[in-house]
Amino acid sequence: MYSRTYKFLVALPPIVWVTLFLILPYLMMFVHSFWTVRDGVILHHWNVGNYATLFKNPLYVQVLLRTVRIAAAVTLLSVLLGYPLAYFLSFHAGPRKEILYQLIIVPLWVSYLVRGYAWKTILGSDGVLNGFLQYLHITHGPVSALLYSPFAVVLMLTHIYTPFVFLPIYASLEHIPRPLIEASHDLGASSRRTFFRIILPLSLPGLLAGATFAFVLSLGDFLAPLLVGGPSGTMIANLVQSLFGAAYDWPLGAAISVCILMITIALLAFTQRVEKRWLFE
Amino acid sequence: MSPTTSTATRRPLLLAAFATLVFVFIYLPIVMLVLYSFNRDGVGGFPPRHLTIDWYRQLWADSAIWDSVVNSLIVAAGAVVLSLTLGLLAALALDRADFPGKSLFRRLVLLPLILPGIITGLSMLMFAVFAGFQRSLTLVFFGHGTALISVATTELFAGLQKTDRRQEEASLDLGATPWPTFLSVTLPNLKLSLIAADLFIFPLSMAEIAVTFFLIGSENTLPLEIWGRLRRGITPEINAVSTLILVVSIILITVWYHLRTRAERH
Repeated sequence: MYSRTYKFLVALPPIVWVTLFLILPYLMMFVHSFWTVRDGVILHHWNVGNYATLFKNPLYVQVLLRTVRIAAAVTLLSVLLGYPLAYFLSFHAGPRKEILYQLIIVPLWVSYLVRGYAWKTILGSDGVLNGFLQYLHITHGPVSALLYSPFAVVLMLTHIYTPFVFLPIYASLEHIPRPLIEASHDLGASSRRTFFRIILPLSLPGLLAGATFAFVLSLGDFLAPLLVGGPSGTMIANLVQSLFGAAYDWPLGAAISVCILMITIALLAFTQRVEKRWLFE
Repeated sequence: MSPTTSTATRRPLLLAAFATLVFVFIYLPIVMLVLYSFNRDGVGGFPPRHLTIDWYRQLWADSAIWDSVVNSLIVAAGAVVLSLTLGLLAALALDRADFPGKSLFRRLVLLPLILPGIITGLSMLMFAVFAGFQRSLTLVFFGHGTALISVATTELFAGLQKTDRRQEEASLDLGATPWPTFLSVTLPNLKLSLIAADLFIFPLSMAEIAVTFFLIGSENTLPLEIWGRLRRGITPEINAVSTLILVVSIILITVWYHLRTRAERH
């Protein structure tokens, strides 16, 4: 019913725009990662030297491993906090469900920086937590180990991604037909069995979506380490940032970015497969 | 009701307690922030004492912050217009047209949502340098607008899938040309999705840091201004401005919630 002109006019502008200003920039990242820099000039000599440097230099490997550990911890904690919360809201919150749901959404609108900053005021050596501990005479001097550590990064990122993980899990729990759960109980299955055989498998897509999101975004975060991480909390994106800044080695920075990109895409492909396999079993 | 279903609806205390704790965890920093924005001694110490609105006074007189707020508002408003225009066209194309690489396009347009912000930001920076664009607020506006096409497309495509296409067919069959049909049938049907997209895109742009970080010139957006001050040390003024942002967000969410429930009732 739509004319060819209509279709053409509708499709052309977004395709051209997205190709030019989104896809092309991403491709430039790839291209840069195969170039080199010498004496502050980027040379268009095609080579894989940047990737070789990444695997040979223990610094990069070490920071990458730390980043993966931090991202995994954040993912695990966000799921451990977000899943029970979603479960409670979906099955046991009663009439207050809607308002509680809105309450979890609100923090998503509070700027990332502001929430990070709040943790800084809580964890700092003259911060709220230290003041509180001294007020209760639990400690006598400020504990300085709280801030500027990988622990602080994990805490801050978990705080930020828990609502993000909650959302898709909650959505998938809400989609489970309630008669299915009643049938399981009526047929004599225990609550635990019903959970593991019905609820968990059916909420798996939401769980995977949330977990992937938390992992990928933690993996590429460079602000939390700068804000609360200190030197021991440096993550891979901080190296990228410094290579694009003061260290001026765009090709090497681009190579690290491509690695982050590859991990992301591999992870997405993996979760998609897991989901499919689980659903067809 | 059989006894087995009553066990299913029973409220498990342990779970309720855990959910409460998660709520506390989510809200603790936010409550702290609001509380300490009224604390004379600023950011540290416990308990907060000497209530004051001095930080708000100081904030009121701080022209650098307000300049950055204006910059952020302009960028966000521009990003909304740009991303909604292209997102609407993209959604229409995905809904109604067939073109080679359609499913690929659908995936690629989502990349800025899926990938860490630093990758999108740096890619755009490289493109800007290559194309000879200066780092500036204008570049930030183009960056946000382009990255957020993802949100606009997703939201509007979902909206289009829900609308009744027969209304448009009727309009076209009765002799209306495509453009008036678009204005009087398609667009009104999408009203709710357009508002929803707007309410995602605007705050996302207002709060965006990772992409902005690499594209910004000499004039700051609000998050970048806050970032600059945080690097220099903690200032209680930030508590005050954050509290204000929080209040505005809550108002926006409440408005949206009412709009949606009203629309759903019709």
